[in-house]
Amino acid sequence: MREAEIRRLLAANLLCALSVVLAAVVPAFFLDGFSVLGTHLTWLCVCSVCVATLNIILHLVLKPNQSPKRRSFAHKISRFLKCCIYFFMSCILFHAIIVLYGAPLIELVTETFLFAVLLSTFTTLQCLCLLGPNIQAWIRVFSKNGAMSIWESSLQITSMCSVLGAWFGAFPIPLDWDRPWQVWPISCSLGATFGYMAGLIIAPLWIHWNRKQLTYKSR
Amino acid sequence: MRLRLGVFASFCLLVQALGVALFLRGFFPVPVRSVPRREARADPPAEPAPPGPGMVSNWTKIPPPLFKKVVIVLIDALRGDFVFGSKGKQFMPYTTQVVEKGTSYSFIAEAKPPTVTMPRIKALMTGSIPGFIDVVVNLNSPALLDDNLIWQAKTAGKRIIFYGDDTWVKLFPKHFVEYDGTTSFFVSDFTEVDDNVTRHLDRVLKREDWDLLILHYLGLDHIGHMTGPNSPLVGPKLREMDNILKKIHISLLSKEEASLPNLLVVCGDHGMSETGSHGGSSEGEVHTPLLFISSAFEKRSAPLAQPEHVQQTDLASTLAIGLGLPISRNSVGNLILPVVGGKTMREQLRFVHLNGFQLSRLLQENTPAYEKDPGYEHFKIAEKSHGNWIKLYLEGNNSEILLNLGKKVLKQYLDALKTLSSSLSKQVAQYDMYSMMMGTVIIMEVLLLLLLSVPKALSKRAEFEVPLSPPLFSLLFYLMCLMLCAVHVIVCTSAESLCYFCSMSWLTAVGVMMLISALMCGILSAIAKIFENSRLLPKNPIVSSSNWSEIDVLILAGTIGHVLSLGASSFIEEEHQTWYFLINTLCLVLCQELCRNNFLLKECDPQHSTNVRQNSDSIRETSESKNIDIPAASNSKLGKATSSSEFIKGSDKWISLATPWIILICCRLLRSLNQTGVQWAHRPDFGHWLTSSEHKSELSFLAAVSLLMIFFLVQRRCSLVSKIAMALGLLGVYSYRAAIGNVTFPWQHGGKDISKGITEARFVYVFVLGIVFTGTKDLLKSQVISADSSTKSTGLWEVYSGLVLLAALLFRPHNLPVLVFCLLIQTMMTKYIWIPLKFDAAQITIMHYWFGQAFFYFQGNSNGIATVDISAGFVGLDSYVELPAIFLTAFATYAGPFLWAIHLLCYLSSEVSRNSAAVGHGCFCYALMRSIPVAIYVVLVTGLRYHLFIWSVFSPKLLYEGVHVFITAAVCLFFTAMDQNHSYKVQD
Ligand SMILES: [Zn+2]
Ligand SMILES: [Zn+2]
Repeated sequence: MREAEIRRLLAANLLCALSVVLAAVVPAFFLDGFSVLGTHLTWLCVCSVCVATLNIILHLVLKPNQSPKRRSFAHKISRFLKCCIYFFMSCILFHAIIVLYGAPLIELVTETFLFAVLLSTFTTLQCLCLLGPNIQAWIRVFSKNGAMSIWESSLQITSMCSVLGAWFGAFPIPLDWDRPWQVWPISCSLGATFGYMAGLIIAPLWIHWNRKQLTYKSR
Repeated sequence: MRLRLGVFASFCLLVQALGVALFLRGFFPVPVRSVPRREARADPPAEPAPPGPGMVSNWTKIPPPLFKKVVIVLIDALRGDFVFGSKGKQFMPYTTQVVEKGTSYSFIAEAKPPTVTMPRIKALMTGSIPGFIDVVVNLNSPALLDDNLIWQAKTAGKRIIFYGDDTWVKLFPKHFVEYDGTTSFFVSDFTEVDDNVTRHLDRVLKREDWDLLILHYLGLDHIGHMTGPNSPLVGPKLREMDNILKKIHISLLSKEEASLPNLLVVCGDHGMSETGSHGGSSEGEVHTPLLFISSAFEKRSAPLAQPEHVQQTDLASTLAIGLGLPISRNSVGNLILPVVGGKTMREQLRFVHLNGFQLSRLLQENTPAYEKDPGYEHFKIAEKSHGNWIKLYLEGNNSEILLNLGKKVLKQYLDALKTLSSSLSKQVAQYDMYSMMMGTVIIMEVLLLLLLSVPKALSKRAEFEVPLSPPLFSLLFYLMCLMLCAVHVIVCTSAESLCYFCSMSWLTAVGVMMLISALMCGILSAIAKIFENSRLLPKNPIVSSSNWSEIDVLILAGTIGHVLSLGASSFIEEEHQTWYFLINTLCLVLCQELCRNNFLLKECDPQHSTNVRQNSDSIRETSESKNIDIPAASNSKLGKATSSSEFIKGSDKWISLATPWIILICCRLLRSLNQTGVQWAHRPDFGHWLTSSEHKSELSFLAAVSLLMIFFLVQRRCSLVSKIAMALGLLGVYSYRAAIGNVTFPWQHGGKDISKGITEARFVYVFVLGIVFTGTKDLLKSQVISADSSTKSTGLWEVYSGLVLLAALLFRPHNLPVLVFCLLIQTMMTKYIWIPLKFDAAQITIMHYWFGQAFFYFQGNSNGIATVDISAGFVGLDSYVELPAIFLTAFATYAGPFLWAIHLLCYLSSEVSRNSAAVGHGCFCYALMRSIPVAIYVVLVTGLRYHLFIWSVFSPKLLYEGVHVFITAAVCLFFTAMDQNHSYKVQD
């Protein structure tokens, strides 16, 4: 059971990583002059949408958190709306944090916001899929030893890696190399993406190696 | 022997300061290349001898002067585009006309950093590139002993008159037959400095009894410092300068005789940056105009497109030729050929030969392998073809071929000159490696000692056992001393170059070596002890990494990351970004910590007690996992967990949750107050908006509100007397700013005279001293009578508030919000984060250090020399007095770190009831935080000493680091003094 679940997780994560890669490569065939650095805004949109869709589909297919009760349709709708609001709020929150970190307030607002959307896709969206709009559960998962399943562990790892990637991505900005990828927010969004992909790959491996120590209390 | 931790840390830091001083002395050597002037008057070389027997050139003497009278007009901080750009066209019509249509040659002279007045004057007059240390001694310039143009002119019997900046009078004492020096230190004086120069002009221009007239105008530089290059004051000043140039030029033309023309040289010593200061290497600071105006030149037919670039050092050689003087011995400059372009080919060749000869002699004196230098080889070839040319010339060959051949030789010479001077400029920086190594060894040993004592130091006792030399180590000690002495003798007898450490007296040198050996033994015994301990306790429950909280990880990563970033020049230029980034992350991590404390533990605590609530699995899960976590955590964590339930009460909880966000917003606002660094320094910021003249009312309002806020934030812990003193002092600050014209009173309309505000500033000083004195009195009382700790904390707080008042006086008015936010953040952090979350002293110290660093940059400082606000050194002073000026400037520059350090002391000594060792721990951590970057940076700089940016980026940073070490050592001593009192009480 355990091994099978880990394998399922690995497959899902590899699919996600593949979607990120495809989002960078495939649009070049349809859109003229598309490149990650050149038309960065387009890529940000494409990547966010791809990852978001894939995540939702995977969530619907795999159902990692089997909810015991059948819920009414109205409940589902309200839940969905709540998720949308949460997602939007997390975008705003990320935007605010990025501005507090020193991003320009007025210039390049689109770039900053799309970067915030990308970060939300990598972190909040997954939380929403897995945990639903339940802040209490989020705080639990993101505190020490709070994960209750390998899916939650994976969520922890990927979210952390994405945010850390964005954090490290800011490092090269002050260097005077005058490279195209040093322009705001390219290095950060690339950092977040690489961090996310690294997280996707690390998570199953880490869980696999630590499966003896990992004791999930529930279930 | 047992030492208290504070004493140990202060001792370490003092030793480190000694090491830094030694290193700095070695890194910034006093120029060693000064050939005594008497020797410099060697005979000038003759023209190269033509090959073949019987032919001798008759030109053996220095060529006669080309110009009769020379006037040098040096306009301080005259930027290239002030003359050649749109500003020049608008405000300097006469000069523009002369440049475009008159008999003139115009160039852009590149100044080498540091672009500060005194080194630039030296460069202009000696033709050499002065070392970086000249910046440091800029404030009291001693007489220039090198061979220089002024000395040569005086020895040749020329009569020199000087008016202007008195740096010249100090540099060239007794050289001028007539002079009037004005002090350059009152940067708020725009008109008087220049009127003092101009008032002599009419009289002098009528007279005939001088050969060289030097005028140094300072007004433009002062305008730049106070208001920046785009201020409305620059235009009228340029127009004034234009009129002066017109007057001089017309007067020179009218007096010209047939025999020899006159020459007018217009130059700037350095430019100014976009903020109006100078010292760095931005384009605006480096590019200065250089105009030669004389009727000897050909009239320019077409307006020039872009002036050619020359070096600032080229002026000395050119003027020496123009005045018929030998070229200064240490000059690395090239003759600017167009200036002598009107002469015959033979004369021109003679001039460049003289120049080349002087440069190659300089090369010979400085490099053993000079014969392999390409410049030297070129020069020898050119000299040979010059000889051939002279042979042809003397044979009477006076044709077109001769001219063409001459041009070829000239070109060879020019190439050789260029190569020679570039290879000479390269080796100007000569490091005194031996002193540097000694300094580095001391610094690194102190760092090692501090690092090795970390586990011991952070224990409860806060005492440090100094290993009193076991016999083995004492033997080692003597061995090391002997070895070092041997090395010393070998190095000092074999070194050709001057070495500071060798020139010290024997006793001092031996003392330093004994210190090094003692430190070494200390380190070895510390290592031995650690091994012993680990053998005794093989399963030492050292804090494993899993117990580290996010804060610890961040603190460690941030410290290491910052230190590593010092290796890249861009990261040094943009160091403020590093600190802003780190404190932002720190705030976010604090926010997460608060969330965890507020939400998670609150929910599990009721469960512990009642076990009634049966919620979903998840919450129980949390409590269980927490229960596992808590015993494993360290003591402080346990305290945190148990305390959190009592601290969260209603609205307080939400305020405490909002605190990190408020701090983040404050930091974001401060960040856009002053843009610093290099890459984004030109971005518009609030500071510039506020200081521009049309926003004076906004600035006044902001300053008033800030002063009010400062009062409210500071007064709550003061005694009544100091409250009143504080209020009066802050009023005095405002009236001082109003008096010097930065802000206005609401009832003040229209023009009013601007004074120097000396009375007002001294009024504030009285209150600063009063408050500090009251505080000291309280401290002494608590020390002697051993009263309760509240007297002591009031005393400390009063000292702190006195310093805040001093900072308010010295800060420019647009920087007052920095002070407000500093106090606000300190208050909020103390109330809602540090006390409730119960961080230990080490963590709090490091947070204070980080915030202090960030505030250093929030103030508008950077790692360049240009941002040092020297005007702070003249607040309330009538004239330049060295000691107070240095003290005030240093305080104003380091106010951020300093205030945070003193606040740390206030906080920790109020924490003593909880943790008796808090002050000692704080002092130790503070010393450690300072010594890590210094030690690593010293090593990095030694490795990068031939880096391209060593003088423009790394050296200024080294100076900043060095000064910071001295300040931190002082702070640590203060810490120890405060700590003493407490430990006595404990022993009682
Ligand atoms: Zn100057
Ligand atoms: Zn200046």
